[in-house]
Order: sequence, then structure tokens, then C-alpha cells
Amino acid sequence: MTTDAAQAGKSHSNFPKAVFAEKDSNLVKAYLYFSFFAVFLGGLAGLLQLSQRAGWITLPGWLTYYQLLTAHGVLLALVFTTFFIVGFLFSGMIKTLDGELTATERKLGWIGFYLMAIGTILAAMLILSNDGTVLYTFYSPMAASPWYYVGLALLIVGSWLASIGMICAYIRWRKKHKGESSPLFAYMTIATIILWLHASAMVAIEVVGLLIPWSFGWIERVDTTLTRTMFWYFGHALVYFWLLPAYIYWYVNIPQIIGGKIFSSSLPRLTFILLILFSVPVGLHHQLTDPGIDSFWKFLQVILTMLVVVPSLITAFSIIATFELAGRSRGGAGLFGWVKKLPWKDARFFTTVMGMLMFIPGGATGIINSSFQLNQIVHNTWWVTGHFHLTFATSVVLTFFAITYWLIPVLTGRTFTQHLNRLAIIQSILWIIGMFLMGIVMHFAGLLGSPRRTSFSDYGGHELGLKWMSYNQVIAVGGVILFIAICLVLYIWIKLIFFSPKSEESIEYPIGVINEKAAEPPKILEKWSVWIAVSIILSIIAYAVPFYQILINDAPGSLPIRSW
Amino acid sequence: MFDMPKLEKIWLAIGVGSLFIFVLITGILTASMGLNPPDGMKGTIEPELVDTVPPFNNPGIEKIGPNEYEVTMLSFMFGFDPNTITIPKGAKVHFKMTSKDVIHGLHIAGTPLNLMLQPGRVTEYTHTFKKPGEYLFVCHEYCGIGHQVMFGKVIVED
Repeated sequence: MTTDAAQAGKSHSNFPKAVFAEKDSNLVKAYLYFSFFAVFLGGLAGLLQLSQRAGWITLPGWLTYYQLLTAHGVLLALVFTTFFIVGFLFSGMIKTLDGELTATERKLGWIGFYLMAIGTILAAMLILSNDGTVLYTFYSPMAASPWYYVGLALLIVGSWLASIGMICAYIRWRKKHKGESSPLFAYMTIATIILWLHASAMVAIEVVGLLIPWSFGWIERVDTTLTRTMFWYFGHALVYFWLLPAYIYWYVNIPQIIGGKIFSSSLPRLTFILLILFSVPVGLHHQLTDPGIDSFWKFLQVILTMLVVVPSLITAFSIIATFELAGRSRGGAGLFGWVKKLPWKDARFFTTVMGMLMFIPGGATGIINSSFQLNQIVHNTWWVTGHFHLTFATSVVLTFFAITYWLIPVLTGRTFTQHLNRLAIIQSILWIIGMFLMGIVMHFAGLLGSPRRTSFSDYGGHELGLKWMSYNQVIAVGGVILFIAICLVLYIWIKLIFFSPKSEESIEYPIGVINEKAAEPPKILEKWSVWIAVSIILSIIAYAVPFYQILINDAPGSLPIRSW
Repeated sequence: MFDMPKLEKIWLAIGVGSLFIFVLITGILTASMGLNPPDGMKGTIEPELVDTVPPFNNPGIEKIGPNEYEVTMLSFMFGFDPNTITIPKGAKVHFKMTSKDVIHGLHIAGTPLNLMLQPGRVTEYTHTFKKPGEYLFVCHEYCGIGHQVMFGKVIVED
């Protein structure tokens, strides 16, 4: 295995056993461990929300449902994801780009970490003091304390510095290995970073250029439709920013874990390029029922949204093909014999597959959300919340959990024991059961019209309100099971960080070997300037007129309002 | 160039084919049946002054034709004006709505009437209520501490 790993991605690594230099290891640890705090607190907020909405508990006077909702969104959608993703991407970049970071790259990583951490703590304090209760989408004219926005801006700027650190590592490698196509992990990381920088630039302009000056009182008014559209320019790419690292694990790491090979070297790259292109010019599908945006442009972005079918289907095919080849090489015969040969008892594989399976209903409900007219049935109902709890909070999150089961051991040198492996499998089964009761049932409640983001209400005793409340009971039971699953994964992490026995031999960082029959990827795929240009042009085509129409309408704008 | 196996090409063709059908269906619904989501392109309005100038200085229901009504409705923290609308079965209702303060939403459960109400803009949508009954409507965009009590009903009389 180790010799295979050394050839991985044609890396010229002298570190076949994946032992990071301590300085690099510490950087990755800092990002990952910070993200674990966010998982716990965000999960706890979720549990309390569902219990309140189901009428099980009454919150104390100093804590409202909407504070919990803000904390839940910020901690899980922004903090956990960004910290975890930066940590994971750094680890793979170190591994595949000659084994070690330079001092500058590492320093950028650390400055990024501290900015992100300060930003998170600042935002968290304002959520606690009830001065930031505007959710993680912070639609104007609800105005939080300016420091809440400053906190979120620091989180984004920090992630940029970390991204620049990784870009530097990539450029260093390219210079040393002229004419070679880069390791798959590094390639995909750069694609993820490009997507992130493009999309987050717009939300940074929104926050720094409009919301911060407005909440400080330096400018009087901002236009609601404009800020909301700027947010969603970023917002849908944000979900692909969560998804792409999970795809990296599926494409690059999983094949090694199951003893298979990466199916193709070009198709995964093409997938990532397509995801860059179709991540930004699609944000209007979150605003299909918004006033001030012309239907034609909404419809155009609906088509661009649907095009994500192509990279998704390529991925589904490649992953299953990889599984089949691995299963057959392990002796599986017949049409489905290979399925049985897969390492189902390995939590690093099992947990991921559970996540992948939930991507099927998750993707299907996503098509409904973006289907122009059908959207009106489900927009802003619990259906939508259910949708992203299947796609993000199951497919992506279970994949991230599976990553930690080998990445923490790589960093700490501690063993992922049989016992922990068993617990991890129970963890993912609990997660799936919890999501059936919560995520799936949310869809049904949403179809009946139950709104998302709403505190306990009996709607004046209306018959339908009572019906919704009966669904809330089941959803809250799902929430309890999910919280137990979160406690279980925290236990596994604490074990892996502090207590599990030290491993006798060094632990492998799994990087898949590319199938020897696979052709060299076409050079054009690594010409980033071309893809960045195409991505920007597509976004301009999709967004120029909507922005123009919003601006020339000469909306009076709104003063800051504190409505909580 | 992408060493794609034949099976994968078939797989992708099925995917892209169904994508094409999806887009075609929504396209036909849009282009030939006019089934567009609300877009509210008719100019802007000053949010603080909406209740002093027409039409929102006089919100309510107005009969504009045989079984055809116009509902001018204002949303605010935390309610709707009017919050009870009574109409006969089969009534075609033109909704004209805006927000006086923050973003609100309106969803009449069990209907495709699902609107975003944003300060400064007027949202319009037409719906025909074919089935009698009492329809609950709610604000579905978080708007502040009283968001959950922002609701009302449409009573469709037989």
C-alpha cells in the first residue's frame, strides 16, 4: 500500500508514510479542532430549536428561538464548514505537494486561522447578547450590530489568506514540476478555492461595502433587493464550496481506502470545472418569488442550475465504477457480487456511503426546488430545510466525519481502534435514522405549508397549525437522535485526539492511485485563467441585467431596523 | 479526450435528455401558459410612506368584476392588513402587496400563492380560489421576534 501511496497522483513525495512535519500538523489540527467546537454548539442549538418549536420546552428570557437559529446557521453553515474545509484541504495539499509547506505558506495559514477564529468569537458574542439575531443570511433592512458583520467579514477574509497559502503551495509545485499535470487532490483544491474566492468576493462587497457602513450609520439606506441578490450570488456557490471537498474525498481518497484505483484522471477534473462554472450564475433560483427581478433572468438561471446534473451524474458514475472495480479485484463476481466484497465494516467507507445514498433523494428534491413553478409550492417552507439537511447535513457532513476517522489519526498518531470503528458505524446509522425522522418528515410538513425559520406557534388554533404541530413532534424526535449521534462523534474525536493508543506504525494518508489505463488529462483543464474567465463571463451574462434593473429602479432603500 | 466508457455516455445521455425534458416543460409552462413566479417589476415605493399614499393607504378587498377581486395588502411587523379575506368560491383574486418595514413573506398554505414582500417594491400575483374552505396564510420569511404570530386567513365561501 505504501508504495502505491508514494506514486499517488504522480507525487514525488519522500514521505510515503504520510507523517506530516509537526508544524504542518499543528496547522491542520488547529482548523479541524476549532470546527469540532462549532459542531457541538451548532448541534446543541438545533436540538433546542426543535424542542422549542415542538412545544416541549420554553426558553429562558435571555435566549430566544431566533438567537438559536442564528447560532445554528452561523456555526454549522459558515464556521464548521469553512474551518473543516480549510483544514482538510491544507492536509491534502501538504501530502500531495512534496510533503511540506514553506514558512510563508504556513504563516498565511496561521494568520487566516486567527482572523477566522477572532471573527467567529466576535460574531458568537453578538449572537449571545442578542445583537446579531439576523440569521446567517442577514437580509437587510434587519440590522445587526455592525460588529456582527465585522465578525463574519473576518471569517471570510481569514479564509482568503489561508486560500492564498494553498495557492502559493500549488504554484511552487507547478514551478518544480514543469509540464506535469498536478496531483488530483491539489487540482481539485485549487478549483474549490477559485469557486470560493469568486463567490465570497460578492458577499464581502455586500458586507464591507454596504452593511457595515449602513449599520454604523455612515450611509443612511441600503436597498433590500440589492443586498439580497448579492447574498445569493454567493449563497449557492457556498453550498458547492461545502460539496466539493466531499467530492474530493469520494474521488481521491476513498479509492485507496477500499483498495481500488481512481477511475479516470480527466473526468474528475472536468467535473470540478463544470461545478465552478455552474456555481455562481444560478443564485437567483433562491429568489424565484422575489419582486424586482425579471422572470426571464430567473428562468435563465433555472436552466444553468439544472446543468449541475452533468457533473453530478459523471460523479455518480465514476464513484460507482470505482467501487465496482475495487469489489471485483477483491474477488466479487456476478452482476452484484462485487457489492458484498466492499469493506462495509470500515467506518471510513460505510459512513461515506450512507451520505452518498442520501444524496439521491436530496438531489431529487433539489430539482423540485429549482423547477421555476414548483418552487412556489415549497419556497420558504420546511421542505427547503429538509432538502439541505439531506444534501449538506447528511451527504457532506457524514463524509466529513468519515474523513476525520483517518485524518485525526494521521495527525495525532493514535489508532482508530475496532471499538471506535464500531461506534462510528453506529453513529452513521443513528444519523440516517435521525435524518429520516427529521429531514424527510420536514419535506412532508413543508408540502403542507409549514414555514421554515419559525418559532413555536399554534396559529390561533387553526386546524392546519395543529397538523403542522404533530409533524413537529416527529421532527424533534429526529433532532434528539441526531444530537445523540453528535455526542457520539464528539466522543470518537476526543478519543482520537487524546486517549486512543498510539499506533506502532505510521498511519497512511490515503491518496488513490490513478488507473494505469487512464489517459493524461488534457492540458486545457489546467489553464485556470481560461476557466476563471469563462466563469466570470457566465456570471456577468446571468447577473448583469438583473443587477442593472435593481439599480435603475431607483429604490429608495431602507433605514436599519431592529425587529427582535 | 475524456476516456469515457460507452456505458457512461449512455448514462449521461439519459441524464441530459431528462434535463432537457424538465427544462422544456417548465419553459412551455412559462412561455405559453404564462406561469411565471411573481416578479414585481412595476417600480418602487418608499417603505416608510406606504400607508400614506395610494394604493396602500387604503388596504382591503375591492370587487372589480364578476367574481373578480383586488386585494391590496400591507405587511408589517408583525401582521397583515387585512388579515382576513372573505371571498366566494371561484373568485379570481389579484393580490397587490408590499412591506412597510423588513422583508416579509406570504404563503397561503395549499396554494401556489407564495410571495416575497420586500420594502420598496410591490409584489403582484393572481390566484383563483376554486375550492371552498378556510385557508391559513403565514409570513414565511423571518422578520423578527414576532414572526411566528404573523398569520391570517382566506375564507372561501361556498
